[in-house]
Amino acid sequence: MAQEESITETEEFIETEEASDPRIGVFVCECGVNIGGVVNCRAVADYAATLPGVVHSTVNKYTCSDAGQSEIKQAIMEYDLNRVLVASCTPKTHESIFRACVEEGGLNPYLFEFVNIREHCSWIHMQDKESATMKASELVRMGISRARLLEPLQSTEVPVTNRALVIGAGVAGMQAALDIADMGYKVYLVEKNPSIGGKMAQLDKTFPTNDCSICILGPKMVEVSRNRNIELMTYSEVEEVNGYVGNFKAKVRHKPRFVDITTCTGCGLCVQKCPIEVPDFEFNEGIGTRKAIYVPFPQAVPLRAVVDRSVCIDCGACSKACESHSINMEQEETFSDLEVGVIVVTTGYDVYNPEPTHDFGYGLYDNVITGMELERLLNASGPTMGKLVRPSDVRPPKRIGFIQCVGSRDKKRNRYCSGFCCMYALKDAQLIREKYPDSEVYIMYMDIRAPFRNYEEFYDRARDMGIKFIRGKPGRVTEDKDSNITVRVEDTLTNNIYNLELDLLVLSVGAVASESSERVRQLLKVSRAADGFMMEAHPKLKPVDTTLDGIFIGGVTQGPKDIPYSVSQGSACAARATRYLAQGKASTEGITVDVDRDTCVGCGICVPMCPFQALSMTDGKLEIIKALCKGCGTCAVACPTGALQQDHFKNNQILAQVRSAFIFEGE
Amino acid sequence: MTDNEWEPKIVAFCCNWCSYGGADTAGMGRFQQPSSLRIIRVMCSGRIDPMHVLNAFLEGADAVLVTGCHIGDCHYVNGNYKAEVRYRFLEEMVRELGLEPERLQLNWISASEGEKFANFVRDVTAQVKQLGPSPLKPEGVN
Repeated sequence: MAQEESITETEEFIETEEASDPRIGVFVCECGVNIGGVVNCRAVADYAATLPGVVHSTVNKYTCSDAGQSEIKQAIMEYDLNRVLVASCTPKTHESIFRACVEEGGLNPYLFEFVNIREHCSWIHMQDKESATMKASELVRMGISRARLLEPLQSTEVPVTNRALVIGAGVAGMQAALDIADMGYKVYLVEKNPSIGGKMAQLDKTFPTNDCSICILGPKMVEVSRNRNIELMTYSEVEEVNGYVGNFKAKVRHKPRFVDITTCTGCGLCVQKCPIEVPDFEFNEGIGTRKAIYVPFPQAVPLRAVVDRSVCIDCGACSKACESHSINMEQEETFSDLEVGVIVVTTGYDVYNPEPTHDFGYGLYDNVITGMELERLLNASGPTMGKLVRPSDVRPPKRIGFIQCVGSRDKKRNRYCSGFCCMYALKDAQLIREKYPDSEVYIMYMDIRAPFRNYEEFYDRARDMGIKFIRGKPGRVTEDKDSNITVRVEDTLTNNIYNLELDLLVLSVGAVASESSERVRQLLKVSRAADGFMMEAHPKLKPVDTTLDGIFIGGVTQGPKDIPYSVSQGSACAARATRYLAQGKASTEGITVDVDRDTCVGCGICVPMCPFQALSMTDGKLEIIKALCKGCGTCAVACPTGALQQDHFKNNQILAQVRSAFIFEGE
Repeated sequence: MTDNEWEPKIVAFCCNWCSYGGADTAGMGRFQQPSSLRIIRVMCSGRIDPMHVLNAFLEGADAVLVTGCHIGDCHYVNGNYKAEVRYRFLEEMVRELGLEPERLQLNWISASEGEKFANFVRDVTAQVKQLGPSPLKPEGVN
């Protein structure tokens, strides 16, 4: 009995707003054999034709092709369709295409209904064609029920603030900022570190040309600082982001440097006088030291000092030494509120840290180091002035081994290939052989991955230089009393087992998503991919877009990549972002909430439900700011009278789908 | 029809940004699943009305799945948190209606977790097969 009552209530809950004469056209896509090889598309189309409201039902080889879309437009005219349903792939990639198609055919784009019979049917029921066909028919039936209730909607145009925010000033972010600025728009470039440059600034040389990293990066850093359209905010972090495409509001926190950046000349007198010396983890990977007041590295931009208050003893020596009176220990953090139209995220990565798990003895044995530590040891302006020494006794190593794929291509660590480790090991091995021709260099690898222009040739060159390659992942690493390392490794090409004695072992560590990237990702609500990096909107066709309009991701924040690829993505982000700036307007989603004023009792329960402050109560009346509404529909659920409804996902539309998922047997 | 052949019918409410994408990723990865699921896409898990869920049971669902983005990842800031609050209420309701708790399940699945989505469908389908058709399923409904 109770059940009957509920059903009666439900009837009231479903308001009938069916079009007076729904005329639905159904297009079932075979997608070549992607769907057609499993689902009997003809049977699905024939079944659809029997359902109420369907006046035309057909099968296409590829509905999304030009021919398929033309057929939809023709059918709209020929059968006087007022609803179109396509049963094909996922709306995530193709809904916008078909909405545009029906609009060209003369219908409101929201009178289009999408049914996914590929990702959600043929591909996951490949072994059971009968069930797949039946399920596809039922999914189409559900879609048709919903299509009958669809209503036309209008998207709204919003003005776009003609400024951009770029978060992260590594090589990708610098490129994005320069490109946007050179197109004539103002850019705020926010960097958490005291200098721009990112990881590239730490590298010695770059593959496959072995040109000096800072020699090509340094001028670019200066270019960034001199560009009048770029407002550089170093030692700063984005704290808060609100708004939507065209109208983002960001709060940036400027950490105190305790040095007046406008008067400091970067002369370094203060650094000389500072009595406190601590290991330099920020730039030199813990090799070498820096003072409590320091300039991050010789080519830093801006070339300004910064005080590490966690180790400073307030002795005042730096203040006395500073001729421009730039030291100010009273400095406090400050905040900027930015208004921007678009956001580019290039927050980069961390190198994989083998310490906690002691991979290959790292952290246990002094002479096991990472690739990034080696970069600093080889760098002419590094802590050893480019002299390669091993940590245990500061003696030049004669026998050097590299282990590839540390932290990468390993189900216990990270499954993915980090892409650049093969190449940097080949580069560092070459540099060592060039500097120390009598050294022995071994690279222990699983596969050498050298896919782009001149990369394979670079690998050939390493072989020609006498670098020895052992194909195999080492099993055991031990250390003797002289801190020499023995690596036990099987060469899987010859089946020889070696006990390789080495003076220095370098782990070619990969890239992992950084903590600071993760913080920014959560702030912006960008999706996270399985590998922990930020996820693009489409892996092939939208590689730097996110699912959020106006927010773009580039460089290693999107996944491991080398310098040219990072630079390309920086430019790509700039191009994608400036589309909005150049047009000066963006259209927002037509799906928002609407209130039925006759039913609304003014209780205000919906107001705090909205995370975007789109709802407010004025004199007991609900106001909706459409530009702020993102159409999630959370408020509609909270409405006790049903006065608030989410367009395109109205209760009657959802419940029609629910109801038609089931059918009386024999019906 | 033997119990073994009986395929339950499960309604899954999926949010546009994460769990629907997870189902897509399962498809792209060709993770084979029972054909029990009927996905209804909503923009946010926060849009899933308890009435939608109860209706699905009254219409004949053998189980209902509420899915969305992981907490902290909601495209609309915190819609999934609100979905969870409503889900806790629904858990009580389901017990009141005399349904086994396995028939209503909540899961956070990101767009990249195709394998997780497929495993979830497999697990829930197996659990519901053990239970048999929902006692609320109207007679004659398939």
